[in-house]
Amino acid sequence: MSRYLAKVDVMPKDGISDPQGQTIERALPALGLKGISSVRVGKSISLQIDATDEDDARRRVSEVCARLLSNPVIESFDVVVLPL
Amino acid sequence: MTVRAAAVVFPGTNCERDCALVLERLGVSVELLWHTEPHLHGADIVVLPGGFAHGDYLRTGAIARFSPVMDAVSAHARNGGLVIGICNGFQVLCEAGLLPGALRKNRGLSFLCHWTEVRVCNHATPFTSRAEEGQRLKLPINHFEGGYYCDESTLAELRENGQVALRYEHNPNGSLDDIAGITNAAGNVLGLMPHPERACEALLGSEDGVVLLSSMIDSALRAA
Repeated sequence: MSRYLAKVDVMPKDGISDPQGQTIERALPALGLKGISSVRVGKSISLQIDATDEDDARRRVSEVCARLLSNPVIESFDVVVLPL
Repeated sequence: MTVRAAAVVFPGTNCERDCALVLERLGVSVELLWHTEPHLHGADIVVLPGGFAHGDYLRTGAIARFSPVMDAVSAHARNGGLVIGICNGFQVLCEAGLLPGALRKNRGLSFLCHWTEVRVCNHATPFTSRAEEGQRLKLPINHFEGGYYCDESTLAELRENGQVALRYEHNPNGSLDDIAGITNAAGNVLGLMPHPERACEALLGSEDGVVLLSSMIDSALRAA
């Protein structure tokens, strides 16, 4: 077994409105910042996992994402696994 | 026969006493059930009251779904038992897969705490049988994450099966199709964002919540 660091991004699914992202986007012109669009706000979660290899780690973290860390109705997730 | 209800209390639940008080006045024997309880002690009705179960950490209802009591609640629902989830309880039911869809942050990102008017869209459910079809009910909302969402095919199913029990007259939160409350396909599980238990005394502004809660009690008596 080796230990891996997993970085998980949970984002509102494409097509799902994101009031937080919209609010940030509306605030940008007040700062004089132009040309910025499609602001989306999600969550970043890091965790460590003991696994036989990188694939095993990625598979198990993905299961955690599907069952707990994200709500598949409204959110998508992305997993990056790094050896520690 | 006395109808028995179990009001589930998660850490952070805060509406259980209101629910218990109102149901007791309507003749129901109510037990407050801590979330680690694996059994429902013979309850006819399960109430998931409002609040902030497990601090609403991660997502509303996401952690509550894994509380030991939820296995018993799921089994009760599968067997046709009555389950009502109010506000945070609605969010828990969605996370637990007992109702389809999810609750999103309100459009406009405001915490909403005011009266709403909802319309009974299906009076044939166990929770609305005392209402007239189309009857307007004055009920308060009190939430940050109450915008109902589901995909198109789920919405089509909800409409076709008459699962949309309640709609807002004036959509306060961006909820899809003005949805304020839905049932499961079998009709024995209701989730709603408005708080019927806070609308059971004229002195407090409305007694319309009694319509829903009395319907539910009638259904429990019929099932007995």
